[in-house]
Amino acid sequence: MPVISIDNLVKTFGTIRALDGLDLRVEAGEVHGFLGPNGAGKSTTIRVLLGLLRRDSGTAQVLGADPWRDAVRLHRRLAYVPGDVNLWPNLTGGEAIDLLGELRGGLDRRRRDELLERFDLDPTRKCRTYSKGNRQKVAIVAAFSSGVELYVLDEPTSGLDPLMEAVFQDEVRRIKQAGATVLLSSHVLAEVEALCDRVSIIREGRTVESGSLAELRHLTRTAVTVETARPVTGLETLPGVHDVREVDGRTHLEVEPAHLDELLGQLIRFGVRALTSTPPTLEQLFLRHYGDQHAAGSDQHGADGGRPAEASRAGVR
Amino acid sequence: MTALTGTRRLARLVLRRDRVRLAIWILGTPLLGYALAGSVAGVYPDEAARQGYATTSASSLVARAFNGPIAGTDLGAVVVAETYVTLALIIALLSTFAVARHTRQDEETGRAELLGASVVGRYAPLTAALLVVVAANVLAAALLALAFAGAGLPLAGSVAAAAAVGGVGVAFTAIAAVTAQLSVTSRGANALAAAAVGLAFVLRAAGDVLGEQSADGTRVASAWPSWLSPLGWGNQVRAFEGERWWVLALPVALLVAGVTAAYALAERRDQGAGLVAPRRGPASATARLLSPAGLAWRMQRGTLLGWAVGVAVLGLSMGVAGDEVNAMIEQNPAAAEAINAMGGGANLIDAYLTAMLGLFALTIGAYVVQALLRVRGDESDGVLEAALATAVSRSRWLGTQVLAATVGALALLLLAGLSTGLGYGLVTGDPLGEAAALAGAALLRLPALLVVAGVVTALFGLLPRWSVVLSWTALLVFLLLGQLGAVLELPQAALNLSPYTHVPAVPAVDPAVLPLVLLAGVAAVFLAAGVAAFRHRDVPS
Repeated sequence: MPVISIDNLVKTFGTIRALDGLDLRVEAGEVHGFLGPNGAGKSTTIRVLLGLLRRDSGTAQVLGADPWRDAVRLHRRLAYVPGDVNLWPNLTGGEAIDLLGELRGGLDRRRRDELLERFDLDPTRKCRTYSKGNRQKVAIVAAFSSGVELYVLDEPTSGLDPLMEAVFQDEVRRIKQAGATVLLSSHVLAEVEALCDRVSIIREGRTVESGSLAELRHLTRTAVTVETARPVTGLETLPGVHDVREVDGRTHLEVEPAHLDELLGQLIRFGVRALTSTPPTLEQLFLRHYGDQHAAGSDQHGADGGRPAEASRAGVR
Repeated sequence: MTALTGTRRLARLVLRRDRVRLAIWILGTPLLGYALAGSVAGVYPDEAARQGYATTSASSLVARAFNGPIAGTDLGAVVVAETYVTLALIIALLSTFAVARHTRQDEETGRAELLGASVVGRYAPLTAALLVVVAANVLAAALLALAFAGAGLPLAGSVAAAAAVGGVGVAFTAIAAVTAQLSVTSRGANALAAAAVGLAFVLRAAGDVLGEQSADGTRVASAWPSWLSPLGWGNQVRAFEGERWWVLALPVALLVAGVTAAYALAERRDQGAGLVAPRRGPASATARLLSPAGLAWRMQRGTLLGWAVGVAVLGLSMGVAGDEVNAMIEQNPAAAEAINAMGGGANLIDAYLTAMLGLFALTIGAYVVQALLRVRGDESDGVLEAALATAVSRSRWLGTQVLAATVGALALLLLAGLSTGLGYGLVTGDPLGEAAALAGAALLRLPALLVVAGVVTALFGLLPRWSVVLSWTALLVFLLLGQLGAVLELPQAALNLSPYTHVPAVPAVDPAVLPLVLLAGVAAVFLAAGVAAFRHRDVPS
């Protein structure tokens, strides 16, 4: 049974349709990436999962229970790191961690102290004086020292430095190893690639893509550059081949992964001297879903164009 | 770029953000003044009636303490006595809150940082806020002058009386400019400024109580403490009674001094910082903090302590002043009879003590509203979201806040009764007996405060976005019905809207159980509605 299961979820605020038939499935023990451009409805979905917002229609189940009706019982079994961490300004960080832990039903003191050390957080300072990153650390330490079954993390690392980001990734692996499930909303694609078993991409309140990273890659074109003994012809008529360009005797093109085989069959006849094939980067994948040119619809992923990759390749392997 | 660059743009921003508040303030004050002046004219139509009123007001220490020193039998003087303190308190609090809102609150939320990084001088935000607030005071005073004149009062006196009210606003604008520099939080800045308003009230009351009654019995010359109070200055203008225009220079002088001090403080501190460096605290929470109730207590205790000090000081001084009421009965039987009639036929000192307890109950209502609205503040700040994502139910969370506010109100009521009784008993010889009796009488006000708590809770559950404005409005309406209902000759049905109307006037009359039970019942309905609505709505909304 999935840990989180959402079907056709709708939530409106006045005339704004924040969630418009969203689906999401998170299986037990997986780290699930939850992605989408700003305003796509990620935080709204998470608040529905926490029973803070009431859904207008559709179904939502968390750990087999209704998040609205069974909120309190569920909250004993999950920990939440909000996207925008706000704390009681006149409590110290240590007090806030203890309070959040205790209200959730207790925390592991040893883990708490260990995490404070690892995240290099001074628990004696008042929350009022913390930076955004430090407030986030408070919420992360409180969540990770709770030993629950499900972690709901809403852009938990947006204020952390790279060193802390590494510590965070370590800790997520540790709770995954302990058997917990994680829903991780994030814009840090390297983090998603490093941690997530599966991802769901949402846009304008709807799920546009869901699956493992390998599966998602499969739906996007591969960039191919080939140098041949004789000028290549007949590529335009091959199925799944796009954007053929000749530059300095080399042929650049993009091909849908399903048609790679036919492409190679054609190329061989012209005497291949050199060939590079670059699978789509994660970033390209997301840009395609985030970008405006995609507004036409979400069921033609394989067919429409990816953006030029040169500018956006850095940072993602 | 100078330290004032960008002031004009920021002032426009302040106007845009506060257009509704400012409109209500600038139009509401004159309208209230107009209505009050008109009804005072109706109640005291002729010289004989005003003669009686003036004599009573000059003799009564209670009237002096709450209405200020009466300045003769002119209709204008009576209008001033009946309206000045109320209008001045309203405008003082509006001014202080507005200054804190546009200075310290912006720093606290980080908006000031965003603005400060643009082409905006160091003094520009403070200057913009002060310009708008002072302009609002001037405009409100100008309209108030027209309102008084329109109600048939002499023009010069109308202008003087309105300027006196506006001057109070200007004076507290200056004080708020300084308190906004001292405290790190806007809440703290408001608390400091509100404490200054309270101190000004007590100083003025003391000066007026200690003042001298004129030979003809219709005037009071205030003693020196009134001159220390910006609230007292307005009375010293003596509108309608040979206006002393030069007194109006005092608030202006205070404004200059306050602004200078605020600029000097702003120059010496970092953005977002106060004058006291932040301290460190414990690395772990104590067991007492680790529950909704423990947290509520922790969040509340500072506020409650401040209130307790204020209530105790006010109670003791009002109690001690009670003995002078006794002395007055002996000196002036006619005045005693008049007050006696106003106090509902009981003996004079009981009428006085009842009035004091009623006033405390109203004031502590402000504590209840302030304490309960923290939940809304937590919701807007996003803290509530984190708390409700833990294994604490919404009804438990809200119920704990209501309980904390109620326990705080109960403690303050007890303290009010004890300190008033103690003060009165110390001068009459039975401190413990009086303290016990008045503490008991004070507790009878609790059901009315429960209704206040109920109203705030219901508003928080049903109309969260409006809950702050509407809660304070409700309390203000209760205050106006209680203090001005009789002057305005409102029908009983209107007066009945206030829970305070239904509290038995103990010790002036014998306690009755039924109204208290009914009040508690109404409170329970409001509370249940509020909690139920909160359980079924979106958070945050």
